[in-house]
Parts: sequence; structure tokens; C-alpha cells
Amino acid sequence: MKKIFGKPDSLTDKRTHYCPGCGHGIIHRLIAEVIDELSMREKTIGVAPVGCAVLAYDYWNFDVTEAAHGRPPAVATGIKRVLPDKLVFTYQGDGDLAAIGTAEIIHAANRAENISVFFVNNGVYGMTGGQLAPTTVLGQRTATAPLGRDYKLDGYPLKISEMLSVLPGVVFLERTSIFNVANIIKTKQAIKKSLIAQIERKGFSMVEILSPCPVYWGLSPKQAMDRIKEEVTKEYPLGIIKEQN
Amino acid sequence: MTNKNILISGNEACAEAAITAGCRFYAGYPITPQNELTKYMAERMREVGGVFIQSESEIAAINMVFGASLAGAKAMTSSSGPGISLKQEGISYIAACRLPAVIINVMRGGPGLGNIAPAQGDYFQATRGGGHGDYRTIVLAPASVSESALLTYRAFELTEKYRVPAIILSDGMIGQMMETVSSKIFDKKEVENKRNWILTGCAGRQPRLVKSLFLEQGALEGLNKTLQQTYKKIEQKEVIVETDYEKDSKLLVVSYGSVSRIVKACVKKLRKQNIKVGFIRPVTLWPFPHFEVKKLAGKKTNFLVVEMSEGQMVEDVRLAAEGRSKVYFYGRSGGHIPTEEEIAKEIKKYIK
Repeated sequence: MKKIFGKPDSLTDKRTHYCPGCGHGIIHRLIAEVIDELSMREKTIGVAPVGCAVLAYDYWNFDVTEAAHGRPPAVATGIKRVLPDKLVFTYQGDGDLAAIGTAEIIHAANRAENISVFFVNNGVYGMTGGQLAPTTVLGQRTATAPLGRDYKLDGYPLKISEMLSVLPGVVFLERTSIFNVANIIKTKQAIKKSLIAQIERKGFSMVEILSPCPVYWGLSPKQAMDRIKEEVTKEYPLGIIKEQN
Repeated sequence: MTNKNILISGNEACAEAAITAGCRFYAGYPITPQNELTKYMAERMREVGGVFIQSESEIAAINMVFGASLAGAKAMTSSSGPGISLKQEGISYIAACRLPAVIINVMRGGPGLGNIAPAQGDYFQATRGGGHGDYRTIVLAPASVSESALLTYRAFELTEKYRVPAIILSDGMIGQMMETVSSKIFDKKEVENKRNWILTGCAGRQPRLVKSLFLEQGALEGLNKTLQQTYKKIEQKEVIVETDYEKDSKLLVVSYGSVSRIVKACVKKLRKQNIKVGFIRPVTLWPFPHFEVKKLAGKKTNFLVVEMSEGQMVEDVRLAAEGRSKVYFYGRSGGHIPTEEEIAKEIKKYIK
């Protein structure tokens, strides 16, 4: 019998620790599928974040390191400058990339570091108990914004992708989501574009992926997917933000 | 290489010795009094085909060193007190992941922004780990420009051998002054790199992982025990200490780094006046020469610790003396350097 579907070589057999309805499992797999399709598994070095996805290194079947909170772009810079022919990417959440690691992401982008960044935006700190993230939308209740995000107290949702789009070192930026199959396919295409841009030595690229956190949104997995479509994409519109040829 | 004398600063000597040892990755951020080192690296890395990055922060610099080291490069960063504080997060991760790395601290006056004059207030920070968690760093303290070079080269050897981060604890005086050194000190082979654990892509082997998170029961304690075993070996094998007139001294003056040169000159002068004073200089601050100090402690000998701080290394001398000798202290801080006369006056207080 001909095998028509299987687990990507770039994933291990380990069961993930993610909560039901979490987006990380889907996104890990998309990255693994693309790396397989590009035949880059044996040339890849991933940088895992601090946060829910810290254990990503257990699920990917290639070389991985784990950086301090917010520092993956600096660690990836060190790796890529030493090994310019390898495929180097960071996988970061919104607390990691848009709060504690804001300096690192902006300056890696501005140096046009030839790396790929996969930025998973679910609007909360999942690992630590659902606190307010820089990307939390206005009005959203969190552990540390019990009455909902109020710009007078907590500031506004931070749009890192739009901020990075003004930097000349950034060659590709797209915001995608995984709330339905069509968007999962678009996310995979964006991941592929980003990794190809790196292989072609074009410079810095990033894919921001809107992802659900049903547990800390207080919703069912289905409701969480619907919320991305109905609410989150209003604050964070999907699509290519920058693409340089 | 023909032997010639060259005039060079301590900071530049550290940088050139790093290149000699095979350092091919440097990331740093401007801060006085270590700027000569960063500038030198910007030029030299280009010449030797290495990587130089002026990072956006000290935090980024140390994390770049983390990435470069796990990718196989001999890597270094440098700074001064305020910047070294920022690097502590990264140093803790480097220690936990058992990555070789060299960090140069050209000490200035502190705490806070302090000032940019020479000081020795970062002894605690350097010798006690500095960041969070149960770890140590190797700490070497040069007292001259040529030693800045020799000990930086040694730091690369030690960090490569033990996979423990190594710190050069210099200061604004040693770093910025120029001295004549023989070009021979840079005529050495690269330090051998035998790393068989680096991340280079998993072609032809199983994927590798470099990490410091250990959630499984017992795993983290396992790492800590491994680290402690390594530290024990370093304590047994790698102590360097310089002593003089120690046999018949009633008072042994303990000092390190730049101030040890003033102490040395002072002790020599007093010896000519038949004053029974001697000299101890720890060159490795960690491992501290506990055993050597303990051996010299006893009823007939007391210690005077002289530092450019309000008293930090003095605690190690007290620990080593184990109450057998009196341990006195004289310190100046905030960028003040004790003079020979001040030290002589202090010595005479304790030797009648």
C-alpha cells in the first residue's frame, strides 16, 4: 500500500504537553513539515523560547537550543554568524518577543540578521497563569487585568509586526492565523516563504501567527478559534505586511 | 615571529591574547573603561575573519556569546561593572549549559553608575557566581599589561577544558595603562577546541540539545552535582598564587590586581628597613588560594588585606585563616588608589 500521509521526520514521537485546543502543536507541525519539504532537517538549528513552548525542543527532531526569556534573537544571531550556511530560526511567544525581548527582536531585525522568526501571538502569558501580555486586546480580561485591558492602566496592544515593517533589514513579514484549515495552509506557506528567504540570504523575516489559548481565554477550543476570527483579527489584521523582492 | 617590544594597553593585550587563543566571536557594548578592547576587536576580527558585533545591550552581547559558543566558536565579551551586572543572566545560562566563554570585566567605581576610575568592588559578583543559581565562574586577576594577555589566553584554555565560564577581573588602571610587552606573549598556538557537543545541524548523527531547563525529578540536582565535581577539580588543580617573604613574616599583606603592585613595592621597601612583612597575591580569585593562606596562618602571622573596595576579598582571607590569625583590612574605594605611603603606615600599625 502506498503511504500518502505521515508524521514529518522533523517531529519526534513525543506527545506534547499542550492544553486541549492550544495552537502550538499545529504550528510546531507546520514548521516541521516545511523543513522536511525543503530537505533542511539536518541543517537546522532551532531556538526555543521561555514560555509554554519551552519544551518545543522535545518535539522537534533536529538540533535545538533554549534561550533565556526574550533572548532568542540574540542567541540566533550568535549561531547564524558562526554558521551562516545553517537554517536558524527562533520560536517565540508574545511575552518573550513583544515584552521582555523587544530590544532583541528590533535590533536583530534592524541588523538584517539572516534568520527566521516564528512569533506566536495568543495575547496572554500561558505558562505563568494567563497574565496580561503586550498584545492583549483592549477589554480582554486576564489574571493581571481582572476588569479587562484598559489603555489608561495597561497601555495599548503592541503591534510588533507593524513596527518592524519600517526597518529596511526586514524582507518578509506576514501575519497569519490557524483558526481554520484555509488559514493553517496560509500559515504554512508563510513559514515556507520565510525559510526560503533565509536560504536565499535575503535578510530578516518573521511570521506572526495568531493562535488560541482556550484555557486562559475562558473559552472552549472551538469558541477560541472563533474568537480569533471574529475579534482578534480586528486588532491584528491578517495578511502580508511587508515583502521585498 | 621575531621578538620585539610593543607598547600596548591592558585592554588591547586582553583582546590580542583572545585572538591568539583562537577567539573568533566577540560581541560587546560601549562602556568606559573598557572601550579600547571593543575598538581593537572591531578591527582585528575583520583581519582574522572572525565575527565582531556591537550589540544593542550587554544582555544581547552575552546571549550572542551563548549562541556563538554552542555553535562551536571560541567567544568572548567584555564590559565594566554596570554592564557586567546586565550580563549576569546570560552568564548563569552559560554556566548551566556548560558552554565555554570568556568575559572581561574592566572594573570601575560602583555601586550604581559609580564612576569610571579604577576600583575592585566587583569581587563578590565575580567570585560568587554573580547571577542566579548554584554555579561558579573561574576568575583571573591580572596585575600588569603582560599578565592581561597571559591570563586571557589562560582563561580560554580553562574555559575550554572545564566548560565553565572564565572571567578576567581587570580594572580601569590595568586596562587603560600602556606597558611594554614582548611580542612573544602572542606567539602561541590556538587553544585546542575538542567540543563534541555543539549544534551544527544533525547530519549523520542524532539531534542535539543545549538547554538549562530540567523539570524531571532529580535531573537538575544531577546537573548541579556534575557542576560541583568540576568545580572541585578546578579548586584542586588551578589555583595560582604569588607569595614573597612569606616564611618569616609577622604580617602578610594580601592584595590582587593593580593594587598588588603598589603593595609589592611597599613590602620590598619595608623589608630593606628590616620590617618583617610579606606578600600574598591571589592570581586566581576563584579558585581562591584557601589552602595556601591557611598554611601561612598561625599565631605568629597576621594578615592585612588591601583592596580598592570597602572589603570583599577580606572575607575569603578570614575564611581561609579559620580564626588562627588576625585579619586586618585597609581599603579605598570610589576610584581612589591607595598610595605606598598609606599602605606602609597601615602595615606599621600591626608590626611594632
